[in-house]
Amino acid sequence: MPPPMSTDNTAICPVKMVGIVKRFPGILANDHVDFDLRKGEIHALLGENGAGKSTLMNVLAGLYRQEGGTILVNNKPVSFSSPRDAIKAGIGMVHQHFMLVPSQTVTENILLGMEEPRFFLRLKEFDAKVAELGERFGMQVDPRAKVWQLSVGEQQRVELLKMLTLGAQVLIMDEPTAVLAPQEIEALFVTLRAMVAEGKSIIFISHKLQEVMAIADRVTVLRKGKVTAAGVKMEGVTRQELARLMVGRDVLFKLDKTPCNPGEPVLTLEDVYAENDKGLPSLRGVSFQVRAGEVVGLAGVAGNGQVELTQVINGLRRCTQGQVRLNGKEITNRPVLQAIQSGMSYIPEDRTHVGSSPNLSITDNVIMKSYRQPPIAHGWVLDGAKAEHIAGELKDAYEIIAPTIHTPVRLLSGGNLQRVILAREISGHPTFIAAVQPTRGLDVGAIEGVHRLLLAQREAGAAILLVSEELEELFSLSDRILVIYEGRIMGEITGELDTSANVETIGLMMTGSQYVSGALKEEMNRGGENISPGQPQGMVQHD
Amino acid sequence: MTDDELTPDGKVTLPEGQAPLAGPTNGRGKSRFPFRIYLEPRLQEPPRWYPFAISFGAVAIALFFGGIVIAFAGGNPFASYAHIARASFGSLGVFSDTIVKATPLILVGLACSLAFRMKLWNIGAEGQFFLGAFGASAVVLLPILPENTSPWIFIPVMMLFGILAGALWGFVPGFLKAKYNVNEIISTLMMNYIAVHWNNFFIFAVWSDGGFQMSPVFPRTAWLPRLTDYAEQFPILRGLTAHLGLIMALAAVLVVWFILYRSRWGYEIRLIGDNPKAARYAGLNIQRNTILVMMVSGALAGLAGMSEITGVVHRLQGAISPGYGFTGIIIAWLAKLNPFATVLVSILFGALILAGREIQPSGIPKMIQGIILVCLIASDFLMRYRVGIERVGAEPTGEEA
Repeated sequence: MPPPMSTDNTAICPVKMVGIVKRFPGILANDHVDFDLRKGEIHALLGENGAGKSTLMNVLAGLYRQEGGTILVNNKPVSFSSPRDAIKAGIGMVHQHFMLVPSQTVTENILLGMEEPRFFLRLKEFDAKVAELGERFGMQVDPRAKVWQLSVGEQQRVELLKMLTLGAQVLIMDEPTAVLAPQEIEALFVTLRAMVAEGKSIIFISHKLQEVMAIADRVTVLRKGKVTAAGVKMEGVTRQELARLMVGRDVLFKLDKTPCNPGEPVLTLEDVYAENDKGLPSLRGVSFQVRAGEVVGLAGVAGNGQVELTQVINGLRRCTQGQVRLNGKEITNRPVLQAIQSGMSYIPEDRTHVGSSPNLSITDNVIMKSYRQPPIAHGWVLDGAKAEHIAGELKDAYEIIAPTIHTPVRLLSGGNLQRVILAREISGHPTFIAAVQPTRGLDVGAIEGVHRLLLAQREAGAAILLVSEELEELFSLSDRILVIYEGRIMGEITGELDTSANVETIGLMMTGSQYVSGALKEEMNRGGENISPGQPQGMVQHD
Repeated sequence: MTDDELTPDGKVTLPEGQAPLAGPTNGRGKSRFPFRIYLEPRLQEPPRWYPFAISFGAVAIALFFGGIVIAFAGGNPFASYAHIARASFGSLGVFSDTIVKATPLILVGLACSLAFRMKLWNIGAEGQFFLGAFGASAVVLLPILPENTSPWIFIPVMMLFGILAGALWGFVPGFLKAKYNVNEIISTLMMNYIAVHWNNFFIFAVWSDGGFQMSPVFPRTAWLPRLTDYAEQFPILRGLTAHLGLIMALAAVLVVWFILYRSRWGYEIRLIGDNPKAARYAGLNIQRNTILVMMVSGALAGLAGMSEITGVVHRLQGAISPGYGFTGIIIAWLAKLNPFATVLVSILFGALILAGREIQPSGIPKMIQGIILVCLIASDFLMRYRVGIERVGAEPTGEEA
């Protein structure tokens, strides 16, 4: 299904990026990426988390500097060394985290960074200008309101107004809908269309397919830092095609897996609701069970409630409704310690900020959950020698490569840090393991090691919930797969998992189709959510 | 990988030297200087001696800058430093005086170290010190114990009240922080003023000694024993004012060391201090630990107040602290939050306080303290980054010169 490469070089290109290379320590974030933007279009930049979308746009906005490749603005090569240079060239970026001063008014924020009012602030005059500009693009904001009083959607409008006032012709929107409520998304789309009608060009970064389908004229898809589709026209592109370009599919390498013999239910979720950090609903009635000796895969595009789900299970996040039971005991909204003591282990997605304590030693990190009991603790006293002995054993058993057990874990590589976490989580013989993206960012060898360790736990009778965005990983480890989308379980895949039909089905469920009794249903009647109608229903044949 | 994290770049380059890969520069990119300095985050743990070397280096540089200022003020830096050394370490007598100054500093330094370990910025050791002094005085002046009580009872009870009063003063900001996330820097700082004026109220109004702004002198049984008290048996001790508070401070050093490095609780403090998210994930109760640590920190500062009031001043009055509580912050940092290093640093600062009497203008030792602190905080940078120099225009970036 090769989408046609668009190559009509007619008029002036507001932005053209050729062969952009950007490295971060250990990661090639952008690998010779090409990107071009035409005047008056909305160009979506689609890809999973970590695919390199934001990196590419941060290069364009002058925040990062590329290691290779050229940027052309209006057909002239440019070199930005700060966002200021980019704005001077007419390129403005609205970040996911707004850059506003909360204690100042809307107008004051917009005037920040402008050269216009040289000394005297004639605020009233500017208030009127801001209001007028807002009117023009359908963005109602009170110019005299203080920013902290505004909703997130309104703050986003302020950012947009700021960029427009600074004279931006190209607007980069980094996941603009992630923080918005459905009605706000609709309003934003109206605004974006109004801006395009006035000849501005917009780059719309997203990992949500239906939004891209709804708003974009063309789309560029990134996967693992590489372009998988360059500037494809939206007409004639199906969601399935985009989903596959985005998620990709590599060759599976099979692990030896014994047949699944599930035992008693270990974890039971009943109608669980929870909110995310911004107070928006992130889980809406999740129910499922994980039984002893089975691996349940949870598939889904990042940000659809997976992390919140595992946090609720562990007691790190409040569950607003519903029940969580572990080994028959209710643990809903109980302290984290109780979950740990009833045999739960949790391999968090964020290894450095949640899963480990960077400046403490390997020893201190592996005893994080076992330091309360003997043999490490004797009442109040911590037996340091014993802790170090245990850490030494774990270091050998889990092949953690580090100079000594006193090495602070921030100096370890990603794979070794993950081994430290696994050593801690698995060595306590858990009855339930929640593993979130356990292999993200690891190299092939390390991935295999992690997979073996998890399967060994399954053999030992642990119930495992595996959250992953990698279909490959889900297929090779799971005994059945659930798909989550916007905080709801869209369906379950059982039996022979690794079939191309299942890939298709999972891809569609990941982007909002429901799977009921063996058939897919497009979810159409989702109140207020911007799902473009007119998309093909159900399965579509591919050559 | 999170792509919205700011500059996870391997290198932070100071002047822009790297030629742009394509297109014209905007003029600012060129550097006239043939070398450039670059910084690189340390990827390896520096050797064990390194932090100490850096600290000593920082103090040496601070003394150098201090010397320049002294020279500008018309003094001879070498003579001044020699005088400071003689005035604080020159004889058994002055060394004993240095120890007397160092005693409360050790305790407040420990108070700050413990709280700072958990990244609780307790700026209120001064207030907790005053409350500790008040608590101990109350035992005599309220009175809680009659005047002729044996020292064997008097001193432990005064210790207890000093500790309790300091802990109370630590509890309030700790509770506010844990329960309502009130910034402890502000609350502890403000509570310093309350503490000082609370004491003033009692000095002026309640316990005033014949209209003077001080309480009557405590009975001898409520004094901490001093070395000079044993001059009958050992004549060499005559005039030495070092008191039992030093033993209390050293015992506290051992206790704090044990808590931090040998106890479950210390592990929790270190874990929360380094990464509260990971601590919560490991099932720790951060709120409870916040309150507890603030209380113990306050208790240590309160003990310092008790020791000062019963070991040196022997009455409650206004000027009982030349800013011990604030100096404690500096000491904690200088000692890199290590309890044993706190003792050495406190003796150094005790010497500087003592020298303030000898050196004119008397602001000089204060200034030296200030410069030491600035150099020390600046030196922390070298713990995290390594500095290199490289030739501009030379081949690829990243080579070390």
